[in-house]
Amino acid sequence: MLDILHNIIFDYTLRNVALGAGVLGIISGTLGSYAVLRRQSLLGDTISHAALPGIALAFLITGSKSTAILLLGAALAGWVATLIMLNIIRTTRIKEDTSLGLVLSVFFGFGLVLLTYIQKLPTATQAGLEKFLFGQAATLLAEDVTLMAILGLIALFLTALFWKEFKLLSFDADFGVTLNFPMQAVNLVLTTLLVIAIVIGLQTVGVVLMSAMVVAPAAAARQWTNRLGIMVLLSALFGAGAGIGGAVISSLVPKLPTGPTIVLCISGLVLLSIFLAPARGLLWNWARQYRNRRNFRAEAVLLDLYALAQQHQNRLHGHSAAVLKTMNLNRAAVNKCLEILQERGLAVSPVSGIWGLTEAGLRKAEQLAKTHGGKP
Amino acid sequence: MSTAQLEIQLVAAVVAVACSLPGVFLILRRMAMMSDAISHAILFGIVLAFFVVEDITSPFLVVGAALTGVLTVSLVEALHRTRLVKADAAIGLVFPVLFSIGVILIARYAGNVHLDIDAVLLGELAFAPFNRFVVAGYDLGPISFYVMGGILLLNILFIALFYKELKLASFDAGLAAAIGFSPTLIHYALMTQVSLTAVGAFDAVGSILVVALMVAPPAAAYLLTDRLSRMLLISAGVGIASAIGGYWTANLFDVNIAGSMASMAGLIFLLVYLTAPGRGLIAVARRNLHQRWEFAQRMLAVHLLHHQGLPEAQQECHVHSVHEHLNWEQEFARRVARLAEKEGLIYQERGLLLLTGKGRDLAEEAMLY
Repeated sequence: MLDILHNIIFDYTLRNVALGAGVLGIISGTLGSYAVLRRQSLLGDTISHAALPGIALAFLITGSKSTAILLLGAALAGWVATLIMLNIIRTTRIKEDTSLGLVLSVFFGFGLVLLTYIQKLPTATQAGLEKFLFGQAATLLAEDVTLMAILGLIALFLTALFWKEFKLLSFDADFGVTLNFPMQAVNLVLTTLLVIAIVIGLQTVGVVLMSAMVVAPAAAARQWTNRLGIMVLLSALFGAGAGIGGAVISSLVPKLPTGPTIVLCISGLVLLSIFLAPARGLLWNWARQYRNRRNFRAEAVLLDLYALAQQHQNRLHGHSAAVLKTMNLNRAAVNKCLEILQERGLAVSPVSGIWGLTEAGLRKAEQLAKTHGGKP
Repeated sequence: MSTAQLEIQLVAAVVAVACSLPGVFLILRRMAMMSDAISHAILFGIVLAFFVVEDITSPFLVVGAALTGVLTVSLVEALHRTRLVKADAAIGLVFPVLFSIGVILIARYAGNVHLDIDAVLLGELAFAPFNRFVVAGYDLGPISFYVMGGILLLNILFIALFYKELKLASFDAGLAAAIGFSPTLIHYALMTQVSLTAVGAFDAVGSILVVALMVAPPAAAYLLTDRLSRMLLISAGVGIASAIGGYWTANLFDVNIAGSMASMAGLIFLLVYLTAPGRGLIAVARRNLHQRWEFAQRMLAVHLLHHQGLPEAQQECHVHSVHEHLNWEQEFARRVARLAEKEGLIYQERGLLLLTGKGRDLAEEAMLY
């Protein structure tokens, strides 16, 4: 454990990778929250794939392999792709999914064309642009991480600045329009920030897996809360945790690529959240369902007892469990239900196999019969 | 044109048609991004199947990997059914996981065998002629031609046999269910078809560009026709055009053929997007312009009908002052009047604009609505 900590602080490569992945997790977690809430989860996929020709073009035009210039190209391409995608939806009957897939694949294809073209240029030595395809976290330099952090800080600052506007856009954009907010412009700012968040991650996890970094932290965070602020915070936390965790794990195990490891970490968090998150989680849901079903069955037996009791002068008179079984669809469960009722003090069994209502049971049954529409 | 060139184009065209046919139903059912998810996720299946059969061209590998595609679809639906995540997020969550596992498996265990992610993701069509299908010493052509040809035949057969069911389930799933076709069954059959096609196509065009061939040709066809049968034919045609055009462009610049095919498909879509009769950007712009002038003529006619023959007509209907009453620019009003005169809606008498019989009819008709 201390070894790992020691390595994170003193190993140049691991420190860069862990820091870079952490920064990336925070930014993509924050902006991914809005993408997920606005049902634009797949926009991230399109933007990241569409960034490829931007990287290649930036290299072709400037001849520079500096990360800042390549990322600028990536951002421009991602941004243009988003605009084209939205325009196709707006001006034709083509639906969102088709437009996303179309822009994604055509841009990516064009990017490949450019990449192979660059490879065959006589001037270019191995251009090293492939690292953006699958991500090569190990190639992160200290200045790359600094650049990521600066871009990330700007994105976070703008998110905080436009907090109210982004919230409005995510939950009720039409209401925003009636309040005279320039929702189109707000949308543009948020989309631009999403593009920045994605571009930041390209070098670490690559274009193919970047979409997971947008969707997964937010999808996990969404399970734990119904408040936007907490969700964004949790999402950033999950993203950072998975980023650093994935980076460390991949450094410990030989031949374990960083990007996919980070994605598996964050996906593991999603799975945990989906099962365990209080209130929404599947396990809690199943427990609640089980409890409800048990209650419902017990109440049905209680009402049956009540129906029998009404045939008698003495309301508390005992009846045979066998009779109750003929009244119930689920015969096997009747004994269990009676025991539950006994535990709750609603029924008693003076003689084995004979069951009657208690005073409390009578009152409860009367109340139930009323709410259930007066079953006698 | 050498035999190898011809063979590459043939394989490319077969791949393009095989992809575009199921693609038509994908985009009609608003599930285009499912092709993206499937094509990424099958990497996992390809790797697993590759460990078992150790032969990248084995038909067993194709089937095994296609099952992963179906697995992806069921996982996405299972996740969506929990109602804890939306449909789009479910897609975005599932395929990166399978893809990541695939990449990790390759990195850890396949280092010494011939299988790398580049090949799976990007494909290399130029190598298609090197893998020959040889039976009893006779060279029958490239293997990928037969694999994709078989998948294409399956796709055609599937669509021909279940045309009615597919059509109904795509346009009105509720009705399909009501009269006894199971939309779920059709859905999964289609998804199996998509997976099979994606797996078959991956070593020709790479798994990501499968998406381009599945989405772009049908999207272009969608703007050109309202009939399903024609949409299928046009998609296939656009697919072939992208394949041949893409091949020669790639040849010219010495670049990746699959990427070039995708770019060509995008270019064709762009062309259709601009020029499609009735739906293209240019047609829409022209229609809007036309409607603007027609509407203005109608307004003028209605205005004239109101004031014609009344004392104020000298002011209201005079060619020099009519624009003030309609709140128009003078130049605009003059052009409208000229157009209306040419159309035989109005005539001038001592500077006064008067309706013809036709113009009166038009104005009265306009008043009805």
